[in-house]
Amino acid sequence: MELYEYTVHELIEKLEKGEITSETLTKSYFDRIKEKDNKVKAYVSTLEESAMKKAKEIDEKRKEGKPVSKFAGIPIGIKDNMCIEGTKTTCSSKMLENFVSPYNATVIEKLNKEDLVYLGKLNMDEFAMGGSTEHSAFFKTHNPWDLERVPGGSSGGSAAAVSAEMAPWTLGSDTGGSIRQPASLCGVVGLKPTYGLVSRYGLVAFASSLDQIGPITKDVTDSALLLNLIAGHDEKDSTSMDMEKKDYTLSLVNDVKGMKIGLPKEYIGEGINEEVKQAILNVAKKYEELGATVEECSLDVGKYATAVYYIIACAEASSNLGRFDGIRYGYRTEKYDNLKDIYRNSRSEGFGPEVKRRIILGTYVLSSGYYDAYYKKAQKVRTVIKNAYDELFKKYDLLLTPTSPTTAFKIGEKTSNPLEMYLADICTVPVNIGGLPGMSIPCALDSKGLPIGFQLIGKAFDEETIFRAAYTYEQNSNFKENKPTFKGGDN
Amino acid sequence: MVRDDYEVVIGLEVHCELSTKTKIFCSCSTEFGGEPNTHCCPVCMAMPGTLPVLNEKVVEYAVKAGLATNCSIEKNSKNDRKNYFYPDSPKAYQISQFDKPLCYDGHVTIETENGEKEIRIERIHIEEDAGKLNHDEYGRGSFVDLNRAGVPLIEVVSKPDMRSSAEVEAYMRKLKSIFEYIEISDCKMEQGSLRADVNVSVRKKGAKEFGTRTEMKNMNSFRSIVRAIDYEAQRQIEEIENGNEIMQETLRWDDISGRTFSMRDKEDAQDYRYFPEPDLVAIKLSDEYIENIRKSLPELPESRKKRYIENYGLTEKAANFAVSSKYYSNLFEEATKICNNPKTVGNMIMSDIARILNEREEEPDSLKFTGKELGELVSLIDKGTISSAIAKKVLEELFNEVKMPSKIIEEKGWVQISDEGAIKEVVMKILENNAQSVADYKAGKDKALGFLVGQAMKETKGKANPQLLNKLFLEELKK
Repeated sequence: MELYEYTVHELIEKLEKGEITSETLTKSYFDRIKEKDNKVKAYVSTLEESAMKKAKEIDEKRKEGKPVSKFAGIPIGIKDNMCIEGTKTTCSSKMLENFVSPYNATVIEKLNKEDLVYLGKLNMDEFAMGGSTEHSAFFKTHNPWDLERVPGGSSGGSAAAVSAEMAPWTLGSDTGGSIRQPASLCGVVGLKPTYGLVSRYGLVAFASSLDQIGPITKDVTDSALLLNLIAGHDEKDSTSMDMEKKDYTLSLVNDVKGMKIGLPKEYIGEGINEEVKQAILNVAKKYEELGATVEECSLDVGKYATAVYYIIACAEASSNLGRFDGIRYGYRTEKYDNLKDIYRNSRSEGFGPEVKRRIILGTYVLSSGYYDAYYKKAQKVRTVIKNAYDELFKKYDLLLTPTSPTTAFKIGEKTSNPLEMYLADICTVPVNIGGLPGMSIPCALDSKGLPIGFQLIGKAFDEETIFRAAYTYEQNSNFKENKPTFKGGDN
Repeated sequence: MVRDDYEVVIGLEVHCELSTKTKIFCSCSTEFGGEPNTHCCPVCMAMPGTLPVLNEKVVEYAVKAGLATNCSIEKNSKNDRKNYFYPDSPKAYQISQFDKPLCYDGHVTIETENGEKEIRIERIHIEEDAGKLNHDEYGRGSFVDLNRAGVPLIEVVSKPDMRSSAEVEAYMRKLKSIFEYIEISDCKMEQGSLRADVNVSVRKKGAKEFGTRTEMKNMNSFRSIVRAIDYEAQRQIEEIENGNEIMQETLRWDDISGRTFSMRDKEDAQDYRYFPEPDLVAIKLSDEYIENIRKSLPELPESRKKRYIENYGLTEKAANFAVSSKYYSNLFEEATKICNNPKTVGNMIMSDIARILNEREEEPDSLKFTGKELGELVSLIDKGTISSAIAKKVLEELFNEVKMPSKIIEEKGWVQISDEGAIKEVVMKILENNAQSVADYKAGKDKALGFLVGQAMKETKGKANPQLLNKLFLEELKK
């Protein structure tokens, strides 16, 4: 078995026992990247030199018997919208193609403390806007299970890299499904934590009230380990929750007896692919077999979530992306005689079509005369959706839905119709609107051999119950035996 | 001045930089000056991914300002984003407050020659200052300096209650004085830490509706504000009298030409697309928090003035003057404690100290000496050690170098001559040399005595005890 095939919790054991070194481990990933990434195209940039140097340092420390974190020397890939000091953070945009961050994101500071090794920065839809990674300004990422298909998005690079074993685990960010949907399409585990659990400081903002950073991993255990590393209050992020630190690995218990799971009927009905629906019902059956009760319920107001999401997310984005003005950093047009031209041309040339579409939409809904009809109303509906979740969680410990209404679609299939692309988020978006935690766990392959993921939604700050249920499913199923085939594609 | 049949209506938006040590959303220094872009960090430079964290001191200072101006305090407040593109605004939005300002419905009382008047305050909110653009004089472009970006401000919005430039000046001075008393700002207008947007309109006396207003932004001297208002009111009246309409527009006051110029009209009015700042949480204040701030407020000018009149017997005018600035008031109280002569201290502040400051074109905050020196100075007069003429000279010295007055007069040899023998000698000499004046006096011209005393003072370089001098002259002249 190759080193890159192991999960992180297995690698930690091997490192601690001295069976492997960080250097050989890190090198195995770069070898793998060289072998596979020309087809998958998950990485925007690799950090081989600094990674190998760091890996050797960690090995030295271990050899000398110096105290090191158990995670020391474990490689990781980072979505290219999180800042690592001194390296490029492009957000897969021409606007930031040459932007070098002068500081570390809080999650990076936390990983630095544990001496993790950065393999590189991962491709995404430009500024995290999209569900297929086709909106990267640089290149499209391909799904390792079928190279002619998308990996999902916006954290498509992060999910594809784990799936293709070009990283043992990665960080993604999720505003409306950007961790869970690509995790589902790539057959890996993706967690969007509760809003406020992980600091957003250093995550280039798309929609401030919805964005969360989370782990994309091979299995549920690794997800808990990585969440342990990145969760916690941060003085630099006022929206991060000040609460006691938890050890999520304590929730990795193979037992769901007595657990109550709600199955919102709206997400196994119209608009959901039949094979996906069947897979979810099988998961429900499995949970019942394992001792949980699964009951059909309703999240009727969930149908408004997509509309609410695109109003709020675009409104916030239109403001958040104002700072990319060609003045202090980032792309500046060469065509200007005055200030207005610098703004207009830098932004026209620097942003891609999807980003522009959302800035325009967001600007519109915040404009005087339209604010009440759109933004304010959307905030009210947001409260209604939150309340509906609260009601459901009075009865249920978890909700079970598909992560994505379909399996991976073909590259180019939806790019001409933005609305259809937006519908790829219908199962995940309501969770962000509610600020809740949600995880995608792979459960089956469809008839085309493409992964299907199911989504578990928990109460706010109750990631534990999700971990417990996800772990139990994983222990009692065998999806892991499937590996991506890298079929298709010469593009 | 403004024609009798018209009335000027003025409302002010006063921006005041708060003197917190650090900026409103990051821990950079708020210090004025510094090489460009040295008081900056990723947050106030709006690097991608950074987030603001509200400095709690800013809220405390704003609540202080609200309580000191009789405002109600909003217990459920929040921040909002005001979106606009300009190079001095690195995020392309300013974090401000839109519909829930921290303080609302207040007022201050001003005094002008027409008596007291209440000016209502609509609201006080917190926000961040913008950076600065330095325009290159060789035309190579503009340079952005973000040292000031993120310095905390309060914006105090008045109702359109002022009716003359004099009232505006009194109102501004009042705010300045209050903010100095409660120590939330250094209020240095020349550094821009206190500045105002002035809204002016005119209407026929007795009219119910307001006229169309124009706005002059970023005015930062009393003199300019007064001149600009007087000019603008006159301009508007002339426009109306000529049958023209007033355009709602933003004007720039030019101090050199003494005119206003149009900057942009309503057509260019920006849509700021305000919305709640999602990166910050709501500002929730408890009754206890507000009460604690209320208790911590120092004694305010109104109450001090009352005390000065009732306990110290100052005249209304002297009391008003003594409380017009925290620096005067503190000087007065400290000096009075030492010399126990509030009247002389009050007069010295109102006439001599104010005059010297005026000559030096300085504000009371630049006073270097304290009540300790002033108190001793007045004691020295009371004891007869120096005359009030010498005291004035000592004061001048105090502006140059802070030393105890007793030390100054010793070093300068300014101790009053109270030795009767020595003074008599001088008196005799002056009488001898001024036979004409002596004759005048004897012929009934009382003024001649003044001249003779003056000559004697000159002879003694002002050191002769004036009472003694008078007495001896009179004695000799009667002979």
